[in-house]
Amino acid sequence: MPSYDVMPNMELYQPVRVEDALDIASRYADRGWLVGGGQDTYGWLKDRAKSADALIDLSAIESLRGVRETAEGLEIGALTTLTEIAENALIKQRYALLADAASVVASPQIRNIGTIGGNVSQDVRCWYYRRGLSCYRAGGNLCYADTPQGMNREHSLFETSRCVAASASDTAPALVALDATMVLRSVNGERTLPASEYFVGPAVNIESTTALRDGEILTAVRLPTEWANATFYFEKVADRNVWDFSLVNVAAAFKVSGGSISDSRVVVGAVQATPRRLTAIENAIRGKAKDEATAASVAGIASEGARELAHNGFKIPLMENLVKRAIST
Amino acid sequence: MNLQLTRRRFIKGVIFSGAAATTGTGAYLAANAQSGNGGAERLISLSINGRTRRVDVPPTETLANTLRYRLNLTGTKIGCNRGECGACTVLIDGVPNYACSVLTHNVKTKDIVSIEGVKSADGTLHAVQQAFIAENAPQCGFCTPGQVLSAVALLNNNPRPTKAEAAKAMSGNLCRCGAYEHYLNGVLRASGQIA
Repeated sequence: MPSYDVMPNMELYQPVRVEDALDIASRYADRGWLVGGGQDTYGWLKDRAKSADALIDLSAIESLRGVRETAEGLEIGALTTLTEIAENALIKQRYALLADAASVVASPQIRNIGTIGGNVSQDVRCWYYRRGLSCYRAGGNLCYADTPQGMNREHSLFETSRCVAASASDTAPALVALDATMVLRSVNGERTLPASEYFVGPAVNIESTTALRDGEILTAVRLPTEWANATFYFEKVADRNVWDFSLVNVAAAFKVSGGSISDSRVVVGAVQATPRRLTAIENAIRGKAKDEATAASVAGIASEGARELAHNGFKIPLMENLVKRAIST
Repeated sequence: MNLQLTRRRFIKGVIFSGAAATTGTGAYLAANAQSGNGGAERLISLSINGRTRRVDVPPTETLANTLRYRLNLTGTKIGCNRGECGACTVLIDGVPNYACSVLTHNVKTKDIVSIEGVKSADGTLHAVQQAFIAENAPQCGFCTPGQVLSAVALLNNNPRPTKAEAAKAMSGNLCRCGAYEHYLNGVLRASGQIA
């Protein structure tokens, strides 16, 4: 009988250069576990719900930390902590949406060590899955949450495919709204993906929430100047203001010129396994004033196509109202 | 019995990383899964409450376990052991963190302050501790060490916080007796805003 107080013993690598980390990650492939701040890792290991042969601790790689200004915008190292992002002057000044999102993740202590890379790569929050049950996402052939007795209050309204778990990242919708680019490295080189393609749902890959392949490391997030200094709105609704994951969150960016919205990004989190970009809303409000009348005129569009489970129907009016507030505030 | 295996795997790890062990760069393989107690690489130095402590730590041990069960610093409480309560809060380079959710091998180069290191050398309680007593903040007392460290870190960065700032800084520490107001008043008292 294992003690759930401690983690099982395993190899621990603590590379200080990203090249070394990539070598180790490549060698261990799916049996290596990348750790940034570890806040989504240690629970899995203590609970024996997942295992690995080696932990690859990236936290000593200084080149993956910090915020740099580039010709195209800002580059944020994947190991930059959420506190650093919430307090960074450049991010607060130009991309307050991301600073706002980072500032409401979990608790102060978790933000002090939790990283942006980890926050966008965290696994879904479904307690059946996290309990170690053999559900679809864990390789089994059953969903415990989408049953008449299943507890699915936190689960998805959209794009479910066998698994109904939702992503609860607060920074992920903000990155999609800012048209961020994710930088992924492996021993074979670097590739980049738009944030919208970094996040994958269960229909694409039921065992992973991201497009990261075995041996790949998310090294940075790039924010383009395109959405710098736009009009932003972020709001998170959770049971408690601290610790709890979003029941629904909204991250929106608006370019307002001459009193009307020329372009926008409206992204809702925690309603499916990936951030949900509402292009129908964006199209419907283009050219209109950013006010209550416009918000009222698009009522119902945000939640179109939602399929509610037994206990998560409240998320439909919640997301409708958050989108309404984002447009009217 | 695993000493050789340990050494071989350790060297393999270092060579694999492409860096010579003598340079001090490259991957550091903290320890081996199969080693019993005492591969040399598990013996590390920690700076805790201003003292250097040599301790033998398995690779996946959390700082909370090392403090409590190897160094007998049992003032750090383990409540949930999942980063959801704050009882194990310690300062790592002055920043509050959950000791239950940090690997000890991650803090080898850091300065750690646990509740035992908050009072001054002559035993005088820290202003935060005195203020918490004055406000009757601790009831059962289990969350108190964590509350003290969160408050100390706050006042080091922001000597005169507003009540809202204090509430935000203390929000990662649960108190199941519900003495939040008393702790917040304690923070304000320690900062000289309540006499």
